[in-house]
Amino acid sequence: MSQKRPIVYPYIPNSVPAVKQQMLQEVGAESTEEFYEDVPQKLRFKGHLNLPPPLLSEYALKRHVEGILARNRTCGEYLSFLGAGCWHHHVPAICDEVNQRGEFLTAYAGEPYDDHGRFQALFEYASMMGELLNMDVVSVPTYDGFQAAATSIRMAARITGRRQVLISRTISADKLSKMQDYGKPEIEIRMIGYEHETGQLDLEALKAEISAEIPRYARNDRQSETAAVYFENPSYLGFVETHGDEIASIAHEHGALCVVGVDPISLGILTPPVEYGADIVCGDIQPLGMHMQFGGGQAGFIATRDEEKYVMEYPSRLFGIAPTRVPGEYGFGDVAYERTSFALREEGKEWVGTAAALWGITAGVYLATMGPQGMVEIGEGIMARSRYAMLEMGRLKGVQAPVFQSPHFKEFVVNFDGTGKTVAEVNRALLARGVFGGKDLTNEFPELGHSALYCVTEVHTQDDMDRLVRALREVVE
Amino acid sequence: MAQRDITQHRFTGGKPNLRRFHQARWDEPVIFELSRTGQRAILVPEVEDEIRERVGDVLATLPPSMRRKEPPRLPELAQPQVLRHYVRLSQENLGTDLNVDVGQGTCTMKYSPKVNDQLARSPKLADVHPLQDEETVQGILEIMFRFEQILKEISGMDQFSLQPGAGSAGIYANVSIVRAYHASRGEADQRDEIITTIFSHPSDAACAKTAGFKVITLYPDDDGYPDLDALKAAVSERTAGLFITNPEDTGIFNPKIEEFVRIVHEAGGLCAYDQANANGILGITRAGEAGFDLCQFNLHKTFSSPHGCGGPAVGPIGVRQELARFLPVPVVEFDGVKYRLNYDRPDSIGKIRPFYGVAPVVLRAYAWVMSLGAEGLREVSEIAVLNNNYLLKKMLEIPGVSAPYAQGKRRIEQVRYSWEELAQETGVHSEEIGLRAADFGVHYWTSHHPYVVPEPCTLEPTESYSQDELDEYAAILAHVAEEARTGPESVKAAPHNSTIHTIDPAPFDDPSQWAITWRAYRRKVRQWDKND
Repeated sequence: MSQKRPIVYPYIPNSVPAVKQQMLQEVGAESTEEFYEDVPQKLRFKGHLNLPPPLLSEYALKRHVEGILARNRTCGEYLSFLGAGCWHHHVPAICDEVNQRGEFLTAYAGEPYDDHGRFQALFEYASMMGELLNMDVVSVPTYDGFQAAATSIRMAARITGRRQVLISRTISADKLSKMQDYGKPEIEIRMIGYEHETGQLDLEALKAEISAEIPRYARNDRQSETAAVYFENPSYLGFVETHGDEIASIAHEHGALCVVGVDPISLGILTPPVEYGADIVCGDIQPLGMHMQFGGGQAGFIATRDEEKYVMEYPSRLFGIAPTRVPGEYGFGDVAYERTSFALREEGKEWVGTAAALWGITAGVYLATMGPQGMVEIGEGIMARSRYAMLEMGRLKGVQAPVFQSPHFKEFVVNFDGTGKTVAEVNRALLARGVFGGKDLTNEFPELGHSALYCVTEVHTQDDMDRLVRALREVVE
Repeated sequence: MAQRDITQHRFTGGKPNLRRFHQARWDEPVIFELSRTGQRAILVPEVEDEIRERVGDVLATLPPSMRRKEPPRLPELAQPQVLRHYVRLSQENLGTDLNVDVGQGTCTMKYSPKVNDQLARSPKLADVHPLQDEETVQGILEIMFRFEQILKEISGMDQFSLQPGAGSAGIYANVSIVRAYHASRGEADQRDEIITTIFSHPSDAACAKTAGFKVITLYPDDDGYPDLDALKAAVSERTAGLFITNPEDTGIFNPKIEEFVRIVHEAGGLCAYDQANANGILGITRAGEAGFDLCQFNLHKTFSSPHGCGGPAVGPIGVRQELARFLPVPVVEFDGVKYRLNYDRPDSIGKIRPFYGVAPVVLRAYAWVMSLGAEGLREVSEIAVLNNNYLLKKMLEIPGVSAPYAQGKRRIEQVRYSWEELAQETGVHSEEIGLRAADFGVHYWTSHHPYVVPEPCTLEPTESYSQDELDEYAAILAHVAEEARTGPESVKAAPHNSTIHTIDPAPFDDPSQWAITWRAYRRKVRQWDKND
């Protein structure tokens, strides 16, 4: 009994020694070693990889992984007010039901025939996003909202043939970092400040910074011409940018595009950016049916009007609808495929590849489930709850909530300067009381002092917010 | 009377007959067509009365210009109808769970273990916010840290980042690191060329170009190996780096890879290993031994995380120690007691994506490696390669198909075949063969453009398919090739048994007709709406 038998791996059918032997014989090989004759001996890895011993039974594996995961604390176990790009919304059960189906989960890149379902589901996703945004063209998901913003400004640079992009200072530092890295070869980013009282983009600063269109005959150096003005609505700091139309007008008067980042779950009640002049709209669909997953549920969208000069600058796949040879049958396929790197390698627009398609299908399920009424109600409910939280927190001694005198959607900045405590101290004390406090903004926005970004959504009850306020009172008063 | 023996009719000459497959065909409407005014599929939590009283009419706090005038025109359905619609669409989709998915070469369509999905869906991960206090996310940080150690061992590289959201994002991050490295030496402006090969993924070229580099593409020599002389001619003081797969998408391993790396290093460039094709070489050969400076894997390919119709995914990047300072922030560190995220990295290229990477994909990949260990990973590769060479033999028995280059040699984990001979004989093209193959319930893909190999198809059997399944796949293609000779019209009209029939592609490239959303379709094409 002591002799070790070779392992038959459950995921590897031909690991049965007799099968392996028979297949080797059939191809006329002594051993698998023969298949590697092109790999020089010098490059061969000698010996065994130094990896942890395997957990061969499914049970042992499950126990091991669950044991590690048990060290996590969740937003179900704690009361969380974290947002800042990943938000705690309710995920309808039907979203999980659909995205767990193996037909979707394990598919990849089949043809529009055998993968008709994927094409239709993604076309419908784009179509429902189009209704939310009031725009006719929406891409299949890109990696995340950061990538969507970075690609949007590069599209704007290509469309205008210009280099400079002006970005509102109230953007997240991480997103800006991504946009800077991604923009490097063809974009020069400049920041536009904000009104101290309201957080609103400083229109005078924008007017001063934006470069007028240089007359065509003198146009030999386009370095300083503005390709786009980028801002977010609601902003990263939670307030609603109320002068979108003015910002867009300023951009357009100077021949620049207006690019707006938007939280899609706000659009049941907030005006879609295209209606105040946005040319390109982008954002992250994580709120639309994706669990937070430690940041694993992010996926980006880009939307424009249906104009050739815009459509031809998308790097991602765009699925369109077309007839088949059978009357009444819907067919789907790639629109303007020849612009992609799949068709043209480095001559395509940026690149296309695997990104976050399953989250697109899921967001489609979410929007179909919510319907128009659901999106209106959830938006209104979030706004009401967050306003309640601001009012209650603002009553605490030394606490200012919100910092900005503007309407807010679901997030808002809270300042603790008057409490004599740092955000880190406040959050540590809240943690001890079972609460995840808002994101610490001290390093990201030093001018805001000891401030944190709080997030309230439809998952928060009045009791939850009252509990937060009680805990804070203990901590700061 | 005794029951008739059904089984004898399922075989011909001792071999199983091809399946009389038919895919689901629901003729499913576009979801907007299912809408009935007033239906609801879910109700959202109500705001408490006390809150309402306290906050008043919150919408009135918005200026009129920021208040949406009318609700979005989303479809209105009850929940059973939403579910039924999407389940029908799912049935009109062939995942790897359903089909012998060896026809999607370069993509490593392997089995994604269900237990790993179950673990990834645990609330202990699903309900975790990325900005929670580090104390409360020790579990997922531990998994990320452990998985980085595993990748270091598999690749021979010194440090990893799990942040890039897929293989191409990993390539782009590596291009950014190459740029940062040359900039740190004052050579950013001078080194503006990146070299790749035509049988490396299109993203190696496209990412380099997107990052502002000029791209030089090497073509194969007569034996199918990347041309060494062409490389020598390409390198110069302008060379920033080499981005290359090995084995390439032909399944041919470049035996001179070390020389390639040496030549680029001598010119002052860095070498990045696109390891999308790593499935056949786990524990056999590593990026480190070949002298590479950077590499990237695809966790949704080699490491079994499901492809999800095209993501979510992860493209982890690994680098040598001297490049570690450029990796994206933050990096996961372990002091022997606690795991933490370190943002204090002044030379970093910055952020590649929000937060730290797609955690559920990392978790699945970690669980997959833990279910196999070192010996198991080697078994994965050896069986993947055995399966490939077995299928190669079966394929070459089909008249009309060939495996160009490296004649008489073995391949690693995939083969790029050519149907040129069959196409010349019958007028049936590779793409048409694939659509007819779909009638028997399998995927088939030609290959990336441009078609350097004429009439190509790329088969990658991975370790997940049984001998019988490989036989079935080869039998399907043999049957279709035979049909191409005896009844080419039927092949050209395929698919017959799929969800839909031949699409008229004309609208896709015509701006006046293309419709990327239903609203655009209604505006541009749909007569009912046009006549309204």
